[in-house]
Amino acid sequence: MVDIPDECRFTNDHEWARVKGDVIVIGITDYAQDALGEIVYIELPGVDEKVSKGDVLGAVESTKAVSDLFSPLGGEVVEVNKVLLESPEIINSDPYGEGWMFKIAPSEVEELEELMSAEEYSEYLESEMEG
Amino acid sequence: MQKTALCDAHAALGARMIEFAGWHMPVRYSGIKQEHLAVRGKAGLFDISHMGEIEIKGGDAAAFCQFITTNDVAKLKTFQAQYGFFCNEQGGVVDDIIVSKLSEGRYFICVNCANTAKDFEWITSHKAGYDVEVLNRSLEYSLLALQGPEATRILSEVLGADLSEIKRFYLRVLKWRGVDLIVSRTGYTGEDGFEIFLQWDAASGLWEEIMEKGESSGVLPCGLGARDTLRIEMAYPLYGQEIDEDTTPFEARLGRFVKMDKGDFLGREALRRTLEGGLKRSLEGFVMVERGIPRQGYKILKDDVLAGTVTSGTMSPSLDKPIGLGHIATEIGLEDRGIEIEIHDSRRKAEVVSVPFMTKES
Repeated sequence: MVDIPDECRFTNDHEWARVKGDVIVIGITDYAQDALGEIVYIELPGVDEKVSKGDVLGAVESTKAVSDLFSPLGGEVVEVNKVLLESPEIINSDPYGEGWMFKIAPSEVEELEELMSAEEYSEYLESEMEG
Repeated sequence: MQKTALCDAHAALGARMIEFAGWHMPVRYSGIKQEHLAVRGKAGLFDISHMGEIEIKGGDAAAFCQFITTNDVAKLKTFQAQYGFFCNEQGGVVDDIIVSKLSEGRYFICVNCANTAKDFEWITSHKAGYDVEVLNRSLEYSLLALQGPEATRILSEVLGADLSEIKRFYLRVLKWRGVDLIVSRTGYTGEDGFEIFLQWDAASGLWEEIMEKGESSGVLPCGLGARDTLRIEMAYPLYGQEIDEDTTPFEARLGRFVKMDKGDFLGREALRRTLEGGLKRSLEGFVMVERGIPRQGYKILKDDVLAGTVTSGTMSPSLDKPIGLGHIATEIGLEDRGIEIEIHDSRRKAEVVSVPFMTKES
């Protein structure tokens, strides 16, 4: 069973977003890390970078696979998790906690509501696996 | 999708499965790095039953194998194996293969899974005038590979025979629980080890017994993921990446498996012309100096000029740094070894190095 925390919102590309004060914390889901396998390398956006929803902001790579990292909403990158550059395997062990990837100050916080709820994401995963 | 005889065993081990050339195959079990390091340090067991087996037999089998392959089959003793190529009339690689001599007049060729049907047709199309039978036996044989420094000890115990007496690139026919095995001291990992051909439905019994008897030695089931990282560290070519129908063995730096003086063989004329005209490109190994993992298809640049293409790349589990292989135009001077790889829309510095990346001392 994959972990899908209730307090997060989710994208079709298997990213999660969580409100923390004025910013949105973003990472990849438990399902995504399990599908990728051991993550050996990541690229993160630059702090202060202005982004739109859907922009490619980096990459997550396992031994076999490369997966682009998209921004789930528009705004400005205010912080990235630099620890992951040296220890990307943290994403495998704690995808919703220590494995967070970057934080965005959203330009329109309403964009968050367009993302899937935990329940919707769970149904989405089921349809993906059947497909 | 085709399944090997070990499909249930893989599921029970929690393997993640992928489709590979029409086959449902395990890509990893415990994790690619862990499996990779098990092979380098102890032992790993692979199901590679998707590989093709083609048998050539008859009065002209030796002469025919000599004609269709690039290496010198006439030098093979009975129960000896040899790496080589099938080449087309342009000198390009139809497939890379291992030919084993089972007896006078009987040869056994292990080919790449994705090429089995093509190879069989290609071989058959050239047999006119030769007294030979060409048999595609791919679905009759399962193939296991047990690789790593502990492989000989584990397999000797399972088979009740001293396998240390089999030399590298030699084989032996042995019985195990009434089943005939072809046990070949070959592999695709750079470690000592064996490849074991046996009747299709006997594979799960042998798999279980190797896993059981090897447990105390640290044997791990290994998937295609680790198979790929292990071969990249050794700079062994993978068909469709380092070699293909438009690449000659010389360009892939595998000329030592092409014996131009052995007499006529398919592709020889074109290969001779290639050598005379000089090679246009050559396979090189490189390590990343700046961050990034090179992947197949990425561009290689030298002094802002497009110099070639990455054929394979990975984060090396043994060296813990990104490594890659690629074809680079020979007109590009590599004296200072510095190149750049285009990764995620930016250029990253890399350095050409001698291969294999892994040596026993490192």
